[in-house]
Amino acid sequence: MSFVALEDVRFAYGGTGAPAVDRLTMKIDRGAFAAVVGPSGCGKSTLMKLATGLQFPQGGAVLLGGEPVDRPVKIAGMAFQAPTLLAWRTTRENILLPLEIVQPHRRRMRRNRAEYRARADALLASVGLAGAGDKYPWELSGGMQMRAALCRALIHEPELLMLDEPFGALDAFTREELWCVIRDLHAQRRMTVVLVTHDLREAVFLADTIFVMSARPGRIVATHQNTLPRPRELDVTFTPGFSATVQDLRSHIVRARP
Amino acid sequence: MNRILAIRIFAPVAFLVLLIAGWQGAIEVFDIPPFLLPTPAAVWAALGRYANALWKESLYTLGTTLAGFGFAVAFGLGLGLLIGASRTLYSGIYPLMIGFNAIPKVAVVPILALWFGTGEIPAIVTAFLISFFPIVVNVATGLATIEPEMEDVLRALGGSKLDIMRKVGIPRALPYFFASLKVAITLAFVGSVIAESIASNHGIGHLMLQAQAQFVIPLVYACLVVLAVQGILMYAVMAVIERRMTGWAHRSGFATG
Ligand SMILES: Nc1ncnc2c1ncn2[C@@H]1O[C@H](COP(=O)(O)OP(=O)(O)OP(=O)(O)O)[C@@H](O)[C@H]1O
Ligand SMILES: [Mg+2]
Repeated sequence: MSFVALEDVRFAYGGTGAPAVDRLTMKIDRGAFAAVVGPSGCGKSTLMKLATGLQFPQGGAVLLGGEPVDRPVKIAGMAFQAPTLLAWRTTRENILLPLEIVQPHRRRMRRNRAEYRARADALLASVGLAGAGDKYPWELSGGMQMRAALCRALIHEPELLMLDEPFGALDAFTREELWCVIRDLHAQRRMTVVLVTHDLREAVFLADTIFVMSARPGRIVATHQNTLPRPRELDVTFTPGFSATVQDLRSHIVRARP
Repeated sequence: MNRILAIRIFAPVAFLVLLIAGWQGAIEVFDIPPFLLPTPAAVWAALGRYANALWKESLYTLGTTLAGFGFAVAFGLGLGLLIGASRTLYSGIYPLMIGFNAIPKVAVVPILALWFGTGEIPAIVTAFLISFFPIVVNVATGLATIEPEMEDVLRALGGSKLDIMRKVGIPRALPYFFASLKVAITLAFVGSVIAESIASNHGIGHLMLQAQAQFVIPLVYACLVVLAVQGILMYAVMAVIERRMTGWAHRSGFATG
């Protein structure tokens, strides 16, 4: 049974007017890495909000782990194109923010400060930010801030990780480094990941399943099962098979554009 | 660092000297009679001669100002948080407040005198009425401009509205709040002095009115000087508090040099 399921979903902002997504159906298995690509404004960010219960559809159904989503889910980690770290907290405090919200950590936090500090520092080290915990976000570069934002999305070990163009604002080298960071985190923890991206190479490198959306109102026009074997190294992006897949996806998107 | 310090101390002093020189110069060039504009020296002498009265009355004014300001901070913070957190309250109350703020507070003082008699209460209430508005507006703005992404992050963790307020909204509104205190304290001064000059037997405002009635013009100007100094001091105190509390919000180098 699929972990995230949207069935024939229709949603319009404000409840009326032209829908942002319509007849949107997609299923993502538990532990899978899914990517969503599509033209700008087609409803990718909207899809994220629907899947996490931040918005509710006017038609169709959204299920998470088999249960209808009728309130904001409690288990999702999210990261966006902008890091949105809080300027008055150190990087470590920023990363610990989710644990101040979700149980049982919320209860335990005060008593077990040292344990949580260590946990945050270990996570920071795993994304190449060892020692940056005491710095303020504005003392970090854009790429470092993005890594910190990823840590914030992961600290509570969410079952569902939602990434909305998380690397969109980064240079090519940093982006590829972070691809590997995400790849390794997913391999370790096996959480379900939904990645929205404009970068087809990113989608093909990271995902098991790639959903192509149509122009607004968005729906899935093609689903691509990525057969590249894992583990994948960056070298794979230079192979003919990889390029062929990217080309194939591109043609779908060209057709999907209005 | 030394250069910046030098600028911060010497620049205001230099401009003050220029101002006094221009004042003296204008009197001589245009031959202004002393009952219209006394010389800086005469005002200085008045400051010395009436030092006792000036000291006593300015302490009184300071008291009423701070009392009114204190109420304004409590009320402004509360109302600001309320209307910043609720769209309904915001659209309901905000227009009323703008209308209320547009009323000249001079017009309200006689009504206050009617209700409370002459004394410190009209001064405190006027200081309060004139100074709470910027606090409300700033606090509400700080809350209302939370990034929607930040809100989404917390909501997708099961965070409540209260969680979002506590973790993001309130810390985010603090710099706006402390910035508004600088404006509010100077406004509070204006309020209490206006009220004192209409409905009180104490305070700098009252002293100024008396001096005018008895034609002691240098004293009128001395009162103005004392008010200005008091205003600057209170502003400085608020600025220091602001820096202390919200240093993280002041990292732009925009205003240096
Ligand atoms: N808060 C909102 N209120 C009203 N309309 C909105 C809102 N957010 C998005 N929309 C509209 O819904 C449609 C889908 O928006 P969405 O943000 O999901 O697109 P997207 O696929 O994420 O685009 P991009 O790739 O540019 O980020 C757009 O046409 C947009 O104008
Ligand atoms: Mg988007």
